[in-house]
Amino acid sequence: MTDPSKTHTRSTDELPIAYVPDRPQLRETPEQLRARIPGWGADLDPADRPSHPKLRYDPDGTGAHWRFPERQPGAEGRERSIEHAFVTPVFGTAQPLHGVSGHIRRLAYARYSEARLGHWLLLIVGDRVDAWGSHVRSFATLRPDNPVTQTGVLSEFSADGAARRGRSDRRHHLLDPVIVAGPWVAGAGAAVFGARRLLRRMAR
Amino acid sequence: MRAMTYRGPYKLRVEEKDKPSIEHPNDAIVRVQLAAICGSDLHLYHGMMPDTRIGHTFGHEFIGVVDEIGSSVEHLQVGDRVMVPFNIFCGSCWFCARGLYSNCHNVNANATAVGGIYGYSHTTGGYDGGQAEYVRVPFADVGPVKIPDWMHDEDAVLLTDAAATGYFGAQLGEIAEGDTVVVLGAGPVGLIAAQSAWLMGAGRVIVVDHLTERLEKARTMAYAETLDYDEYDDIVVELKQQTDFLGADVVIEAVGAEADGSCLQHIAGTKLKLQGGSPVALNWAIDSVRKGGTVAVVGAYGPIPSAVKFGDAVNKGLSLRMNQTPVKRQWPRMFEHVRNGYLTPRAMVTHRFPLENISEAYHVFSAKLDGCIKPLILPSAS
Ligand SMILES: NC(=O)c1ccc[n+]([C@@H]2O[C@H](COP(=O)([O-])OP(=O)(O)OC[C@H]3O[C@@H](n4cnc5c(N)ncnc54)[C@H](O)[C@@H]3O)[C@@H](O)[C@H]2O)c1
Ligand SMILES: [Zn+2]
Ligand SMILES: [Zn+2]
Repeated sequence: MTDPSKTHTRSTDELPIAYVPDRPQLRETPEQLRARIPGWGADLDPADRPSHPKLRYDPDGTGAHWRFPERQPGAEGRERSIEHAFVTPVFGTAQPLHGVSGHIRRLAYARYSEARLGHWLLLIVGDRVDAWGSHVRSFATLRPDNPVTQTGVLSEFSADGAARRGRSDRRHHLLDPVIVAGPWVAGAGAAVFGARRLLRRMAR
Repeated sequence: MRAMTYRGPYKLRVEEKDKPSIEHPNDAIVRVQLAAICGSDLHLYHGMMPDTRIGHTFGHEFIGVVDEIGSSVEHLQVGDRVMVPFNIFCGSCWFCARGLYSNCHNVNANATAVGGIYGYSHTTGGYDGGQAEYVRVPFADVGPVKIPDWMHDEDAVLLTDAAATGYFGAQLGEIAEGDTVVVLGAGPVGLIAAQSAWLMGAGRVIVVDHLTERLEKARTMAYAETLDYDEYDDIVVELKQQTDFLGADVVIEAVGAEADGSCLQHIAGTKLKLQGGSPVALNWAIDSVRKGGTVAVVGAYGPIPSAVKFGDAVNKGLSLRMNQTPVKRQWPRMFEHVRNGYLTPRAMVTHRFPLENISEAYHVFSAKLDGCIKPLILPSAS
């Protein structure tokens, strides 16, 4: 399958390079690369790259003019990782905890560190409860959730009504319907099965 | 103000929200002029990141105009046009003092294992993001930089994350002159990583993906060789053959938790959420790099464990290097590279959507319709 002209230059005795001590020969010289590729070698020196070394102590170069930042008001009662000594001096205030999902999430933070799977699984449960709850609540508002506009599926057609070009890989075409619809079909099947068992039991 | 809001996995809408206000003396409020959707936003959109709350506004790539400043802000003035790194960082904690801006300890109360990020769930701090008309920017004296006059807005917005991450990924690879570098993923991050690998002296750059328009872009924009992994029974074997059975000196993993390529892993990770994502690309990186080589990971993974082939990494003596990008650390040098035309972020922009149509923008980018590589978002106020 491999085109031999595309492989690395081989050592002289035609053994693949991995089995002999020689260094692989470059397929192009630095001069050739420099001529072909804009900027080739501009960061050649590893010691002169912005992220080297990884730790570079320079507290005066950041723009901060404090040793510890002033504390943002409102930290009392805000959830935090128990791996932190306190609520950080600055924190996000978007979407504070509320309702049932809020209780689940608060438990995740209060009970488990980030090292525990329980922490993350509870947060995921909280996410689903939040999503379902908001979805149901939206029907009591003037703006109920609309799966057509919110998923953006209409963008399968562009403004002029023509279909957009689909994805260019092939496997997705085959698998996507199965992967996306599969769990729903399985879920619906399980629900029907469960309901029938329940009905049968009640009938008895 | 108008703002994108999350309504549950695969669902979002534009809502009227309160304009953000100054909550800390070093805050600024920025009126967004241009924003983008990042590959990382797709992980949120697909419901993969724990503690993504309904009503959250995403968006960590944005530029705009300073609209208001807090009482202690010294380095910015109302009216300044700024580009804002995706990291929220204090500039003074143990980590910031050592240049690890993406690992700041003073901004994310919800977790210690990740720093603060705009619009990226409560797991990264619970800050609303920039896919909106206005955004709260904490530590205005530390993060934002005034956009240089010569810089194109579309380059500026991509420098706030995607481009900086590609450049950072290539640095994590510790590329030496003549190295063979494989880049997994030809999204915006992978494309800039491929361009950057040459700057660091790579002798060969091979980009792997399965979307033809992105591979085409890797050839034209980054002068790379390309492999479509759908065409090979086993891409690892192909990469071994391509490198004379040595393996690549460096592999840069620019795919992350929603990798395709193994149906089972994909379903377990991204569909059933049984692991922190699908580590297919990371495992390909571990298996296709040469022994003693370096794997640089900039692809994003959630906090839930994933099935990574760690034994292979140990037995091969690999160096694994990774982080969220400390964006501002990359900027001075990257500005030169963009100005010289060595890095060309805006060449990746394929789509521009008004904020009001953002649910379509997410669908097009997520489903990779229409040859979409990078979509930008234009807030109505701009
Ligand atoms: N570390 C950071 O600071 C940071 C910053 C930005 C983005 N990211 C992460 O980087 C990754 C890439 O971002 P992007 O914006 O380019 O995303 P993207 O979704 O546009 O690109 C990902 C590409 O990977 C390809 N791909 C999927 N499975 C693959 C496989 N097994 N092998 C090779 N290619 C495969 C896809 O076809 C796609 O082209 C994401 O995980 C994102 O979250 C990390
Ligand atoms: Zn991002
Ligand atoms: Zn800090």
